[in-house]
Amino acid sequence: MSDTVLFAFEAAINGLTVGIMYSLVALGFVLIFKASGIFNFAQGVMALFAALTLVGLQEGAIPFAHLINATFGTSIHHFGFNIPTLIAIPLTIAVMVGFAWLVERIVLKHLVNQEPIILFMATIGLAYFLEGLGDIMWGAEVKRLDVGLPQGGNIWFEENTQWLGFGNENFYGFYIDTLNLYALVIAAILVTALVIFSQYTKQGRALRAVADDHQAALSVGISLRFIWVLTWSIAGIVALVAGIMWGSKSGVQFSLSLIALKALPVLILGGFTSIPGAIVGGLLIGVGEKLFDFFMQPIIGGATENWFAYMLALAFLLFRPQGLFGEKIIERV
Amino acid sequence: MLYREAGDFKSTYPSDNQTFPIRFDRYAYWALIGFAFLVVPFLLTDYWANSIVIPLLIYVIAALGLNILIGYCGQLSLGTGAFMAVGAYATFKLTTAFPWMPIYIVFILAGLVTAAVGVLFGLPSLKIKGFYLAVATLAAQFFLIWLFTRVGWFFNDSATGMISMPERTVFGVLVTGPAASAMAVYMTCLVFVVGMAWLARNLTRGTVGRTWMSIRDMDIAAEIIGVNPLIAKLTAFAVSSFFVGVAGALLFGVYLGAAEAGEAFGINKSFLVLFMVIIGGLGSILGSFLGAAFLIVLPVLLKVFLVDALGWPADLARHLEVMIIGALIVLVLIVEPHGMAALWRTAKEKLRLWPFPH
Amino acid sequence: MTVEQREQVPMLDTQTEGYVTADGRQIGGVVMELKNITLRFGGVVAIKDISFDIRHGEIRAIIGPNGAGKSSMLNVISGFYNPQEGELIYKGYKRPQMRPYKVSRMGIARTFQNIALFEGMSVLDNIMTGRMHHMKAGFLSQAFWWGAAAREEAENREAVEKIIDFLEIQAIRKTPVSRLPYGLKKRVELARALAAEPQILLLDEPMAGMNVEEKEDMSRFILDVNDEFGTTTVLIEHDMGVVMDLSDRVVVMDYGKKIGDGTPEEVMNNQDVIDAYLGVSHD
Ligand SMILES: Nc1ncnc2c1ncn2[C@@H]1O[C@H](COP(=O)(O)OP(=O)(O)OP(=O)(O)O)[C@@H](O)[C@H]1O
Ligand SMILES: [Mg+2]
Repeated sequence: MSDTVLFAFEAAINGLTVGIMYSLVALGFVLIFKASGIFNFAQGVMALFAALTLVGLQEGAIPFAHLINATFGTSIHHFGFNIPTLIAIPLTIAVMVGFAWLVERIVLKHLVNQEPIILFMATIGLAYFLEGLGDIMWGAEVKRLDVGLPQGGNIWFEENTQWLGFGNENFYGFYIDTLNLYALVIAAILVTALVIFSQYTKQGRALRAVADDHQAALSVGISLRFIWVLTWSIAGIVALVAGIMWGSKSGVQFSLSLIALKALPVLILGGFTSIPGAIVGGLLIGVGEKLFDFFMQPIIGGATENWFAYMLALAFLLFRPQGLFGEKIIERV
Repeated sequence: MLYREAGDFKSTYPSDNQTFPIRFDRYAYWALIGFAFLVVPFLLTDYWANSIVIPLLIYVIAALGLNILIGYCGQLSLGTGAFMAVGAYATFKLTTAFPWMPIYIVFILAGLVTAAVGVLFGLPSLKIKGFYLAVATLAAQFFLIWLFTRVGWFFNDSATGMISMPERTVFGVLVTGPAASAMAVYMTCLVFVVGMAWLARNLTRGTVGRTWMSIRDMDIAAEIIGVNPLIAKLTAFAVSSFFVGVAGALLFGVYLGAAEAGEAFGINKSFLVLFMVIIGGLGSILGSFLGAAFLIVLPVLLKVFLVDALGWPADLARHLEVMIIGALIVLVLIVEPHGMAALWRTAKEKLRLWPFPH
Repeated sequence: MTVEQREQVPMLDTQTEGYVTADGRQIGGVVMELKNITLRFGGVVAIKDISFDIRHGEIRAIIGPNGAGKSSMLNVISGFYNPQEGELIYKGYKRPQMRPYKVSRMGIARTFQNIALFEGMSVLDNIMTGRMHHMKAGFLSQAFWWGAAAREEAENREAVEKIIDFLEIQAIRKTPVSRLPYGLKKRVELARALAAEPQILLLDEPMAGMNVEEKEDMSRFILDVNDEFGTTTVLIEHDMGVVMDLSDRVVVMDYGKKIGDGTPEEVMNNQDVIDAYLGVSHD
């Protein structure tokens, strides 16, 4: 096969792995949107915050050390012990659940009947708050996150795809990070777990009931506030998974929260209420932007990833405002 | 007993409909204008001008623009940064291509160019709403910035990829470039702020403003009672972008002097102006002033107290600032969705009734 | 022919035959005629092959059990829904499919079943919005508040103040609509529709949820509007007493079909109508 086709393939595979990240963040969005109609702009920052917390716990960093040092002139940084990953992860989950609970108490409770756009802006505020909090709590420098996922290229994948070159001398098989293969598997497990949870547990059924019809769910005695804490907690866990993936690959840093923005076009493709939509949309955009960049680079220059997703979403909106999998919106008076 | 409404009766509809119906407010307003034009220029130091007064004035214009779009017409935009960039780059292109053109005209033309671009990106608002539209404006944000950093024509192929403002004078006084005096820059910004606030007030008090607000409050009903949504939304986008474009033109032309699209007009600018509008008050002209003032002064205050006085590291103060702003946004939306302007109104109502609160 | 030209066509040809009501009002010719209207939403047929006409100056009621398709009918008239079949003749001309704002410009104003006021605006601004078609000042004139803009604002304010007096809502003119009680909101909505000085006024359950006193007030306003300005009125109402009192002719709908049409007395004695209402709970 010709070089171009092979390189295009490689770009696509690359895109697939970025796409998983988009999918994961979008998944968190969809969960919250379905249960509460809130468009949670803070989802990306939640991933950042979760990853920061995880690293902080693993390293035994003292929360707010910078703040304490600046106020009291001390110079403390670490407790002096490390927490094993297997304990640090549940602790981080606990932190995210606590965060969900606080959000419900402090923010959502007071904004219940506001218009969606107000709620959306409130979550932008929340995102800023959480971002500042994460930096103050754990420090703003880029951190290495290692939860034991293997790094580097996957030899096995490379060797076993070499034949795809069909005799092309320059082709040694596709390069892919082992980490990304894991990401794929973990994402699949996560989605399966979510489906099982929502189909087979009492809380899961309550969740679906609320998503289908708020009023009806309330009238059969489901506590909306409990559901909200629950969904925000699950979204927090999804965020943690996303944070771990991205953090292991590129370090825990602010760019993570920018992925949240990319999740917006993903949702537009996939529809705001569809879990499969979020996954497919994320992959589509991931692959799409890499391929577009690959083919357009010689013509209009690189870095088109910056805007491709948004333009695609925009074009898409004009033809199908409800997304690929979303239901059609009917307006009434 | 000074602040009184009683006895201040209106006998004609125009006088009932004026901007400051209460006499005391009217006097206060003229006093403030007099102060801004006649006193401030002579007190202004470079520090005050550069750290507070001039950015404040420029952001007031941007906030007015975004407020027209979000607060009056209900169309959420996250592309303010890019539209400011359009104003800045249009200024750069116009001044370099037509060196003879008076600089104030250039700023206004830059606003008009931005208005045209704004209308283009506002077109999707005819089909999509709410946060869907927010995504469409993100397309504008990222695409335009990419364009300005990638296509050499926009920055005249300068080696650094930056644009820089040539020196220009008004009535023989230098207003752009590093050598321009604080007073000249201040007066330029002030003239634009006063003029544009007046335009904003006029547009929001009459038919145009009412059609915007009707679309904001209930677009379907608005169309059924006769509002043409196409015209309402596109005029809002045009006017809003015009304001934002002029703000960008001024920010680059008289304040920064040199800029690179990605750094000066990134997505954070969009959020900054959005926050000004939310904190100041959606759908309020006064709110745009208050919100811009608040978010310009806050970082300076934090820096003075925490960094200069307490010796905190600068980045810590900045993180705290981000946190405070985020918390404030949430707080404002919970406590008073119409922001500082509404608080101000409530306070005035109390004052008006004082000392007989019933 | 453009919309404007069409509006200038004299209504004479539609005013040929009319009738005189029991209380001595002269009702004119047909202003609007709906012919074989069918409206579907996916599988749901909201309106099935309905025809009826509206005469100049009359109060025409549409009644029927919940879900009969009454509001949908008003939505067809105001251009919000496009029927799949049938045609609508307005002032002697077939009206092509057009956007609602254009329909409103042709002299059709309305109120809504679920109040659709602009909650963020004052009562005055709401009503002024209804007058939009009478204000022609250009964009620049408004931006600089020169000439036409300021003059028109004052003139139209005067017209609006008349309506405010007429509906007795002087005290709340500067109040934000969101602070008003339900009954007053309904009245402000009527004011907003009247401000357009419409030729046909569509009222979708203007008295729903009101107490007896409020209903009496509202009935009086509707009659007065009809008397003073000769406004043709189409009224949807569940309260049969009100319908009997106010309307000149009544269309009865059930499950999207027309099951009766005539004077209130005729309709009340129509067996189909009685059947439709038997066992159907309505308020
Ligand atoms: N936009 C829409 N999409 C789908 N179905 C609709 C829509 N609008 C109305 N319908 C359906 O059309 C039928 C008639 O509704 P409509 O609102 O016209 O009834 P109505 O006579 O006004 O009833 P009510 O007395 O309850 O107001 C109903 O079955 C309704 O569900
Ligand atoms: Mg109805």
